[in-house]
Amino acid sequence: MAAEDNKSAPPEGEKLAPPPAKAVASPSIVSPYFYRPSRRELLTRLGAAAAVLGGSAALGRFVWDKGGFGASQAGGTRQVRDYTLKGTTADFAELAIARAKADETPSAEVLVGRALAAMGGMKRFISRGDIVVVKPNIGWDRMPIHAANTNPDVVAAVVQQAFEAGAKRVVVADGSCNEPDRCFQRSGIWKAAYAKGADIVLPAEHRYRTTRIKGEVLDEWPIFTTLVDADKVINVPVAKHHNLAKYTAAMKNWYGVLGGRRNRLHQNIDTSIADLATFMRPTLVVVDAMRVLMRNGPQGGNIDDTKVMNTVFATVDQVAADAFGCTLIGQKPENMPYLKMGHERNLGTMNWQSLRVREV
Amino acid sequence: MANVPQRAPSVSPSRKNSLEAAKKAASAGVLLDVARVESAPMDVHADPIPWKGKVGAVLALDGPGATHSAPAPVARAPAAPAKGCGTGACDCKTTAAPARKDAEQMQKRTRSRLAELAGILGIGTPRDAATAAAVSRDAGVPGAASKKPAKLDPSRPGSGIPARPIIRFLVWARRVSQAGFFGLFMFFLFQTGFRGNFAANADTAVRLPYPVEAFLLADPFVSAMTVLSTHTVYRGLLWSVGLLALTLVFGRVFCGWICPFGTLHHFFGWILPSRRGRGGSRVEANKTHTYQRVKYYLMYAFILASVAGSAIGGLFDPICIAVRAIGLGVIPAVQYAGGRGLALVQDVPARPVQQAADGTQDFLATTVWQSHQFYFHQTWFILFLLVAVLFANRFIPRFWCRVLCPLGAFLGMFSRFALFGMEKDHAKCTDCNLCIVNCQGADSPQGGVKWRQDECHMCMNCESACPEDVIKFRFLPNRKSTVTRPDTQRRTLLATAAAGAAFIPAVRIADSLDVNYHAKVIRPPGAVEERAFLERCIRCAECMKVCPNNALHPAMFEAGIEGLWTPILIARIGYCEHSCVLCGQVCPTGAIQKITEKEKLGLGVPPVKIGTAFYDHGRCLPWSMQTPCIVCEEFCPTSPKAIWVEEVEAPMRDSKPGPAGEQPGMHQVKLQRPHVDPSLCIGCGACEKVCPVQDQPAVYITSVGESRSKTNVILLENTNYNQKS
Repeated sequence: MAAEDNKSAPPEGEKLAPPPAKAVASPSIVSPYFYRPSRRELLTRLGAAAAVLGGSAALGRFVWDKGGFGASQAGGTRQVRDYTLKGTTADFAELAIARAKADETPSAEVLVGRALAAMGGMKRFISRGDIVVVKPNIGWDRMPIHAANTNPDVVAAVVQQAFEAGAKRVVVADGSCNEPDRCFQRSGIWKAAYAKGADIVLPAEHRYRTTRIKGEVLDEWPIFTTLVDADKVINVPVAKHHNLAKYTAAMKNWYGVLGGRRNRLHQNIDTSIADLATFMRPTLVVVDAMRVLMRNGPQGGNIDDTKVMNTVFATVDQVAADAFGCTLIGQKPENMPYLKMGHERNLGTMNWQSLRVREV
Repeated sequence: MANVPQRAPSVSPSRKNSLEAAKKAASAGVLLDVARVESAPMDVHADPIPWKGKVGAVLALDGPGATHSAPAPVARAPAAPAKGCGTGACDCKTTAAPARKDAEQMQKRTRSRLAELAGILGIGTPRDAATAAAVSRDAGVPGAASKKPAKLDPSRPGSGIPARPIIRFLVWARRVSQAGFFGLFMFFLFQTGFRGNFAANADTAVRLPYPVEAFLLADPFVSAMTVLSTHTVYRGLLWSVGLLALTLVFGRVFCGWICPFGTLHHFFGWILPSRRGRGGSRVEANKTHTYQRVKYYLMYAFILASVAGSAIGGLFDPICIAVRAIGLGVIPAVQYAGGRGLALVQDVPARPVQQAADGTQDFLATTVWQSHQFYFHQTWFILFLLVAVLFANRFIPRFWCRVLCPLGAFLGMFSRFALFGMEKDHAKCTDCNLCIVNCQGADSPQGGVKWRQDECHMCMNCESACPEDVIKFRFLPNRKSTVTRPDTQRRTLLATAAAGAAFIPAVRIADSLDVNYHAKVIRPPGAVEERAFLERCIRCAECMKVCPNNALHPAMFEAGIEGLWTPILIARIGYCEHSCVLCGQVCPTGAIQKITEKEKLGLGVPPVKIGTAFYDHGRCLPWSMQTPCIVCEEFCPTSPKAIWVEEVEAPMRDSKPGPAGEQPGMHQVKLQRPHVDPSLCIGCGACEKVCPVQDQPAVYITSVGESRSKTNVILLENTNYNQKS
């Protein structure tokens, strides 16, 4: 062998050259485990590799995050949920105050009826087949006697009026501060509203959606969708003292729309309230002042802090509602910054006397 | 059984196989050497039967190869094959016959003769008799098989004797009972949480409609622990006497028929068995093993720990584990996953789809869990242990029940008195092992060994599976082949019990109880004083599950190692709802007393305090940043409020420098700065929960001032040094 090799010794360079194809193809030399892939297999394998590479590149490009703080921020305009009645006709009261007369047994149902009648009746506000949301204050684990939540009889009367006016469905909901089940049950509103046929919706987590309110201080917040998915919204707050905001009823009642950590709102409570009232514009406001918490609000807890007033007042102007309401606990509208803001934003008027006021 | 097991059988059974021997045995009234079986040590039970590995005893008597093999314990493993008569093992009867290759007629004659012989001896199975009768009719042998054979079930293996109808009924009754009690347990767990009611008046006291802690009240191990630690039986725990009575009549029926955790293991032992799933290895796994003693040692350790003053055994009580692991782990985890999934569906821009998703969420929130997600402190560990113990079924079926369960051990102690039990006719056993394959408690149901009454779950699977009429459950059975007592060893038992007793002082000299009590160990309202609390708390997590605000959590090491998984209040996650007394309502042992709303709110009596709030002025907005806030004051539920505000005017710096770059100007702002009145504060933690300083609150509660303690106090007037501790 060696002699043969010497005889036909090729130059050094040629030794490195690949063996001729014929030798490789020869079955007698090459093991069956070494073979050239067929053209078909070659193309398939190359194609698969190329497809995976191309696919990952395309996917990467598609979901590419360029990073940076501004990436997730989007523009947007101020959102408004406007349920107000358009084209008001004259003659009806703009603020109707129903007070129990000295010779009658005070009844929330009668007072609500009188106030609404002076406003032109519930039929003026609700069309047949409407889905109506009634938003009472069910914020606290307190009983009706503590006057921290809306009086259940007032809520029931409003629900009944809404049904009588032709509402298809009446929903009663609120986002409570204390544990919701307990607030809804112990406020008496669950039972009273259920008895009138309303749907009671508790603030479950899945009912909140993040919404851009685009207010002055409230930008993006989780919103209790049940309260805004409606044809008509009736605000049924309770008038009471508030240690920070001084007085709370109609405008601050929209705190119940927000989810998330609303404890931060207190740092600028007046602007927050104005922002919320800008976002939510109800069809009608019916304020419960049957029993009013005069001190230690908004939660109360002591019956001695409450005062029986046997009053219900209705209006379409939520700023005027609070401007009048705060006089019940001895406050002046001028001292209430959020009323000023609401007035300046044209949400209503803080000069409630300038409206057509009717006492019934 | 206290005697130390002997390693060698007392009688050597390597005797010559002969008809004379069999006849002798038969005339003595038994076929087997029952005396040998009964004197055999319990851990040498594997194969003391002479015909180990052979099926069809009668024919084997004359078979040349079918000798009575010596039951050497070492030969256990190799002797294991050819188990499971279910498939083709019944053919053994014919294949073992010596005359197999003879002429047809000859074979039939031989068989009928053998069967006749078997009849005379009183041995052999009914199928043999039936076969013999048929064969002798064919063969024309007169006088054979005068008895009418029993009705046989050809689908059953071996002799095919069907189980008694009552047993077949009981097996199904057991399955229904297991499903029912598991369902009831889960229903109670779903109901452990307050849901409002449209029918309730405003002044209706908030209570749960169902006795959700019923399973714990019926738990005699819980009763025993608290009786030993407190020397009293707390209220509903008297129900556990009922379960004890049931055990005294029927044995450990609780384990096989009622226990929800046992049912879970039964289920997982059934679907996860692949490692020891089939045939011989399953038989091997289901034989009685010495590791089953561990549960007795654990039980005695916990009992002695209770005597030493700590109901720490609740860590291992199966009902406690089930409530804790399912209530704090599985349900919130499923809720989390389900909530995320349904949230995706809610984003589908189609009204009906969204409404369906909403409806599903509403339904689940009002039946299974709550309307908001619950989180539990370090619950991953609880969940991990649950998964681990369930997965152990893959290696040892019903690992938990057989090896660890102290409640099972406790009931096993008492099952010796049970009036109901098993009798075995060893003579009829063909060693087909069908009973073991289906055995739940690993209690040696098979022939040739003694039944272990203390291990048996009374599932009735063995008698139901037995095709040879060996096993019979009945009232007041003879105990010839029964071991009634746990197979514990005296020295190990004494050592573990002593360890249990010594554990409590050993952990208490660590600084968690008498000194350096953790400020964040805030116990639920109505909890008794800490030592009494540890005597009673079984870590069942009912209070944590029921807490509507997700305020109560299982402690990790805050309360020392002894306080593992005892309830503590973490106000940053949830505060104690002012008018709520549900944790005391569900507490089965009185660690949290059943207080009323009046007692908690302090109407006519001092209110129940669980701690006191403190301000961190450096973080508080009105105190250090001149920013209005007082959310804490708003949420303070007491009347008059424990948080009061001081009206001040304070200087505040403008944020921007002046136009020429001079120092920012100052202006006065009106502020309300909050203070705590420690005589009014009840420590509910509402202020801490709602403080807007998100990560580390500016107001927080600690345990000091809790009304259950006479030493953990601030104010002089609350101190009473005449009281102990």
